[in-house]
Amino acid sequence: MSDGRSDPLRISFTLNGEPTTVEVSPSERLLDLLRYRLGLTGTKEGCAEGECGACTVYLDGLPVDSCLVPAYQVRGRLVETIESLDPKGMAHYHARGTTQCGACTPGVVMTAEWIVRHPDRLETHTVRELMAGNLCRCTGYDGIIEGVEGALGDREAG
Amino acid sequence: MSVLLPGSLAEALGSLAADPDLVPMAGGTDLLVHWPQRTELHERSYLDLSGVEELRPHRWEADELVLGGLTTYWDIIEDRRAWNELPLLIDAARQVGSVQIQTRGSWAGNIVNASPAADGVPVLMAYDAVVVLDSTRGRSEVPLSGFYSGYKEMRRSPDELVTEIRVPRRAYDVQIFEKVGSRRAQAITKVGVAVTRSDAGWRVVANSVAPFVCRCPALERILEEGAAVGGPDDLLPGIREDVSPIDDIRSTAEYRENVLARLLYYDLLDLCPSFG
Repeated sequence: MSDGRSDPLRISFTLNGEPTTVEVSPSERLLDLLRYRLGLTGTKEGCAEGECGACTVYLDGLPVDSCLVPAYQVRGRLVETIESLDPKGMAHYHARGTTQCGACTPGVVMTAEWIVRHPDRLETHTVRELMAGNLCRCTGYDGIIEGVEGALGDREAG
Repeated sequence: MSVLLPGSLAEALGSLAADPDLVPMAGGTDLLVHWPQRTELHERSYLDLSGVEELRPHRWEADELVLGGLTTYWDIIEDRRAWNELPLLIDAARQVGSVQIQTRGSWAGNIVNASPAADGVPVLMAYDAVVVLDSTRGRSEVPLSGFYSGYKEMRRSPDELVTEIRVPRRAYDVQIFEKVGSRRAQAITKVGVAVTRSDAGWRVVANSVAPFVCRCPALERILEEGAAVGGPDDLLPGIREDVSPIDDIRSTAEYRENVLARLLYYDLLDLCPSFG
């Protein structure tokens, strides 16, 4: 190609609160940019088709599957990954068996924490519906739901 | 692969006029599925619409809801007015994939992806939505019910973008949406149907039972005329006139016809005196 459009694109965005500028290939997914170029391997790849939710990150504060986001689309936007969360805030999930093998856990926790931060969503949705985009083959989901409910309760109490 | 990043609609339409082979990219939830393996898609050139901010907002006019070309499912789920006034939009939106898909997927993308199993399209069609297409040549408006002509065939020229979807605001006394899939979330529809009744009459729209999402004129006629329907099977002749389901990896033609008949019959039983 001689029109220059295949060249790497220089993009700037905010990653976990830090201004970030990076060159991306037009065919690069956000998931790959995060994991392989920026070293944030907490975000996992599961299905590569937007079904399992293991690659969930926040884009402008909303959960998205980073396997389905072209990297160039985050220019000028806010991206938050599992690395942005405070480990001390994970106690309710440990206590209630939200995690077993761990493969789905970063994505599960991202969606769970989004619900905990926005409890008003529960006026119209159940925790189960909001968590439906995160597949888990270990817990049978009850541990996940109880973890979210525990975290919601702690937040209310605290 | 190459990509253009327009910052305005005028720029986007100019790029598309110059190179109609460009593939418009909105949320990417259809295009990026299994992206690493689909190397043929890496050979193409894309027009990224995510920087065209003017396409994102939706607005309520006196007589219609106007969705932008980039309005997402989640944008509408977040609008409590839509829950009250056009609830089928909400019913469909919250059954598309999961929250992670609803925050990215757009109504316009659902229309132009043209899947027979699209979940956003039946409810828009049952509300008599109109597709607004813009190009450097001007604007055209096409009723969604006449937008498709075959499998993945539609009345969109390669240099046109869907910039708005206009949904009339009417009073409805019947609004039904049914989606049957393997599970509630993250499932592609095996058979689905949207039904409305307003002063404009009955609308019955089915998905996953024909090469494209379509209105069902024979079924609508049965409802308009109040023809006697004694049981679900009485609807099968009308269903066979309107749609042509197939056997595929998700279901069979026979299952789809029978489920469609039962969904319609039992949902309408208490609403239609002619059903008994």
